[in-house]
Amino acid sequence: MPKTIEEINEKISSGKAVVFNAEEIIKVVKSKGLKRAAAEVDVVTTGTFAPMCSSGAYFNVGHTNPRIKLGGGSVTLNGVPAYTGYAAVDILLGATAMQLDDPLNSIYPGRFVYGGGHVIEDLVSGKDVKLVARAYGTDCYPRKHLETWIRLEDMNEAVLFNMRNAYQNYNVGVNLSDHVIHTYMGILQPRMRNATYCSAGQLSPLLNDPYYRTLGMGTRIFLGGGIGYILGPGTQHNPCAPRTDRGVPRMGAGTLSVRGDLKQMNPRWLRGASITGYGVSLAIGIGVPIPVLDEETLFHTTVTDADIFAQVVDYSEAYPNCVPGSLGEVTYAELRSGSIRVQGKKVPTASLSSYARAKEIADILKGWILQGKFFLTRHVESLPSVESGLGPRPLVERPVANGPAKAG
Amino acid sequence: MAQMKLVLQFPANLIEQPITYQLIKKYDLMVNILGARITPREQGRLVIEISGRKKNLDAGLRFLEEIGVGVEPLARDVMWHEERCIECTACTSVCPTGALSVARPEMRVTFNHEKCIACELCVPVCPYKAMEIVSK
Repeated sequence: MPKTIEEINEKISSGKAVVFNAEEIIKVVKSKGLKRAAAEVDVVTTGTFAPMCSSGAYFNVGHTNPRIKLGGGSVTLNGVPAYTGYAAVDILLGATAMQLDDPLNSIYPGRFVYGGGHVIEDLVSGKDVKLVARAYGTDCYPRKHLETWIRLEDMNEAVLFNMRNAYQNYNVGVNLSDHVIHTYMGILQPRMRNATYCSAGQLSPLLNDPYYRTLGMGTRIFLGGGIGYILGPGTQHNPCAPRTDRGVPRMGAGTLSVRGDLKQMNPRWLRGASITGYGVSLAIGIGVPIPVLDEETLFHTTVTDADIFAQVVDYSEAYPNCVPGSLGEVTYAELRSGSIRVQGKKVPTASLSSYARAKEIADILKGWILQGKFFLTRHVESLPSVESGLGPRPLVERPVANGPAKAG
Repeated sequence: MAQMKLVLQFPANLIEQPITYQLIKKYDLMVNILGARITPREQGRLVIEISGRKKNLDAGLRFLEEIGVGVEPLARDVMWHEERCIECTACTSVCPTGALSVARPEMRVTFNHEKCIACELCVPVCPYKAMEIVSK
């Protein structure tokens, strides 16, 4: 008997909802069978905690007296530039923005000690952050300089706003060259002496609903320790990536765009990351509840690490030069065991995504639902899925000397 | 029994002499090599844990100083800031001694200070500055 979101919410409000995390549900379905479990279980909770670079936050810092128009001017927060191309006191800060005087990779490999991700973590921790602004001055906004301390609680609005999070699966990074390389997949030792991966596998949100049947615009989620919402597909959303028989993508596929009130969030689930030789990012905790609407939804949540494959990619030559193909396919069960075999060689593995924290997130979300503090929402628009034909395209460069293409 | 962790600096003229052998054979000391970096014809740096009877240890250290080996206590220590660690496991595959390890299948990260040789490989690998070198 299919269930509706409304029926599940009634059970949550009467304290009768049956909830398991995406790891527990595997055993539950094994012992009860799909049919009985689908009738009994209401929600499966998922989680992920990893660096997600396409993240950021926007703020309304409030009006000064006399007024200043930050829009079109320049603003830094603890020395990290924010984007000012909005109205008078609205600014946007990206996770990967760097302090203006950072040596970056000019002393290789750069340490990238402090950037946008760290500013967001500091604000969420309740710390004072130094705001320095220059403006050009107008008749209605005469002020040209501003230098002040500011905290999250001082701001009118502070919103985490991420273009691309929660990648459905990802590459396994290795290095075939004869020298160490520094990548967003971490430090990769020469001649494939290590491999890194970045997914919570069987706990990861989109791997538990591979065709995006239960989520979309308006889905309420755990975001950074507070409540957030899915806005729609993230950038580079790629539902048409190759899939296994049970529908699980074999490589990076779907993505989410999310937002949430930064004032509710917690630095345990929002952490600035300094990736040696690469840059700054923001590690974000995301948990998505999957309503068990029918047997098919439940079936997809029983995915195990042994069912999820990832492609091993060389980050010394193939990745930087967009050479397609893979050095081999491995499962998350193998990756989590501590070593994989690639082309006959045993390679030690390490993760950039925290499985332990992903499970903690799934359990927190489960707790919220069991306590009647978190209700499910019905999404108002689905994410594009396999039938959409959508996929990211590369940038085709056209010589500027040839002039712009004719419109139409 | 006395025990200490030391950094030995070998000048170029001593690199080819079997000094560790003498510490063991002549002074009856247990020498555990924690780390070694030797540049041929230039210099060598050896990090050791050395133990034995107090009298022998003192005599062994005197011997090292007399022949020109620089002897310093291992002054650096690695600290694991547990509250900064997100347990991603990135550090565990570079740690040569297993001081940083993963408990499977829970994937929880632990740091065993006893096993750490202060090689510092984990420091640049951690994006969250959870591993720090501190001077003792």
